[in-house]
Amino acid sequence: MNASFMKRTIAAVAAVGALATGMGAAQAEDVKVGFVYVGPIGDHGWSYRHDIGRQAIEAELGAETSYVESVPEGADAERVIRQMAQTGHNLIFTTSFGYMNPTEKVAKQFPNVKFEHATGYKRADNLSTYAARFYEGRYVAGVIAGKMTKSNIVGYVGSFPIPEVVRGINSFMMGAWSVNPDVKVKIVWANTWYDPGKEGDAAKALIDQGADIMVQHTDSPAPLQVAENRGVLGFGQASDMIKFAPKAQLTAIVDNWDSYYVARAKAVADGTWESMDTWGGINTGMVELAPYTNMPDDVKALAEETAAKIASGEFHPFTGPIYDQAGELRVKEGEVADDGMLLGMDWYIKGIDAELPK
Amino acid sequence: MVRLEPRRQHSQAMVYLSPVLAIFMTLVVGGIIFAFMGKNPFDALYTFFILPINNSYGISELFVKATPLVIIAVGLAMGFRANVWNIGAEGQLTMGAIFGGGLALYFHDSESALLLPAMFVLGAIGGAFWASIPALLRTKFNANEILTSLMLTYVATLFLSFLVHGPWRNPEGFNFPESRPFPDAGLLPIIYDGTRVHLGTAIAVFVVIAGWLLLSKSVIGFQLRVVGKAPQAARHVGFRQKRMVWFTLLLGGALAGLAGLFEVSGPIGQLQPQISPGYGFTAIIVAFLGRLHPVGILFGGLIMALTYLGGELAQITLGLPNAVTGLFQGILLFFLLACDVLTKYRIRFGSIAAKGRTA
Repeated sequence: MNASFMKRTIAAVAAVGALATGMGAAQAEDVKVGFVYVGPIGDHGWSYRHDIGRQAIEAELGAETSYVESVPEGADAERVIRQMAQTGHNLIFTTSFGYMNPTEKVAKQFPNVKFEHATGYKRADNLSTYAARFYEGRYVAGVIAGKMTKSNIVGYVGSFPIPEVVRGINSFMMGAWSVNPDVKVKIVWANTWYDPGKEGDAAKALIDQGADIMVQHTDSPAPLQVAENRGVLGFGQASDMIKFAPKAQLTAIVDNWDSYYVARAKAVADGTWESMDTWGGINTGMVELAPYTNMPDDVKALAEETAAKIASGEFHPFTGPIYDQAGELRVKEGEVADDGMLLGMDWYIKGIDAELPK
Repeated sequence: MVRLEPRRQHSQAMVYLSPVLAIFMTLVVGGIIFAFMGKNPFDALYTFFILPINNSYGISELFVKATPLVIIAVGLAMGFRANVWNIGAEGQLTMGAIFGGGLALYFHDSESALLLPAMFVLGAIGGAFWASIPALLRTKFNANEILTSLMLTYVATLFLSFLVHGPWRNPEGFNFPESRPFPDAGLLPIIYDGTRVHLGTAIAVFVVIAGWLLLSKSVIGFQLRVVGKAPQAARHVGFRQKRMVWFTLLLGGALAGLAGLFEVSGPIGQLQPQISPGYGFTAIIVAFLGRLHPVGILFGGLIMALTYLGGELAQITLGLPNAVTGLFQGILLFFLLACDVLTKYRIRFGSIAAKGRTA
């Protein structure tokens, strides 16, 4: 099932290569690419990684790029996206779920401009969607956590209980239980993507409750820094945060949009851009794991092996049997969860001792 | 030597001049900052303040952005004049959006022309209801309304978050936290084709006029001003301060609620976890920028909206960071407060000895 997405991505990349010198192709320098970020580029997490991708377009294609940071997911987004479309951008990336409806609206008004919306589900002839299978990285992190925890309590700082985050918690815990069935998770919802103060407070509360591994699904390095200061271990989010926590970071689940962004910008230059849906995992390079640190060699070897199996398709984190908290069988033995189930996941797997906020 | 000498009376000229002076000085300092950042200051200022509104679409967006700011600020100014410090307009805005928007979601297949007016009413009730809590606490228990209204903001935003993550989540929305889109009958009509200028913008102008009439021509407006400026005298002549607390909080809350409803039934078109980038707080600056006068607030709201639009364009075309927007707003407020000194004092040059005539 993963394969269809993979094939399409590879096909698109191959097409870009084949047609790069095609007739009537525009120059890459003529392409102007705009980015809309939900956070500041200095968040060292989500928006920061998108901005690294933007810089890759400039470096590799010499194309002009621009961005607007910290754009609220309300009425303002539509104006910003529209301004970009009006100021000569041919390709616009809107990099947060909350930009879905405004992106769709503006895409309708500017049929000649290409739009790419991250993590959404609405597409049109000039509107693509893309996302990454971060849950693959979270499974690997779970395996490491299961091996490394001494208190058997993992602290998890969540942002919002949306499918992306719930999927990550489930995947992480399945990874942890695969090596250590006694692990328990405590979850705090920060109700923000980026608020170092709140995120750090959540981490402190979790450590006070006995957590000795810190996992986060928020964008700032604050929870990991708290872990460093309190002498516990943790995982970086979105980018390699080793500089913030040299003694605490085990690895980080790194978003790498570089090759996707360059390929899409090139496709616009070559006139081969097509609307599509991309959901790339470790195999496509969209999800990376930062160097494994602060762990013994056997755990490192196990993590590497797990990541390799996921990348090759030999193993899928959501392999049945999977039961939800109510005890209902969601994925049968020997089967894997389909993308539809993963994308709309609003239930915890059996064994998670917490209630999903509704 | 430069000295400040108290004026016998507040300078009427300076009351109007000081905001203009503040804006001018903001431009000068902003230009210097741009120069230090390696940008041509004239280009940068042009991008910031002219480019956003050099076409009709830009002007329409300015109105859209200023609409909630103006509506909320007019309501807040009434309270500020009477020394009632409602800091929680953001929460009242959110409750207005929840009340009015909830109606649109309940009747999500309605085509009734009555839906929108009913949403207006519920939006205003929602905001007033939320403001009534600090009013009750202040009048019954003498609790500081600054704290209570501010704290209730967080309750309101979390309540909205709960609703769109749970009971009001769009059943066709793949479990993402957002409500159904409002039905067409629950959306504000666009009053100028091809733009996002909606009925709420027209109502904002009406609110400004009504606010001005209330303040300058009505008895209650007179009472507001007296209670604020001379509470002792007001008590002496029998103006009841509790009534003022109730009146200003309910009015401010209702207007904030209405502004929130206009956002969700206008540009946004549904309920989602984030519906306002802090309009309720920015409106406090707007109220003071407009000298707590409804007409001044109209201009203050437009200027504040312009700094947002300019900040976006400065990022797109000049690659300036987003922080520049906040920087500009901060400088503007700083100079505004600084220039206020001039309404109460005059500047004298020369030493005290040379000008011995002042005491």
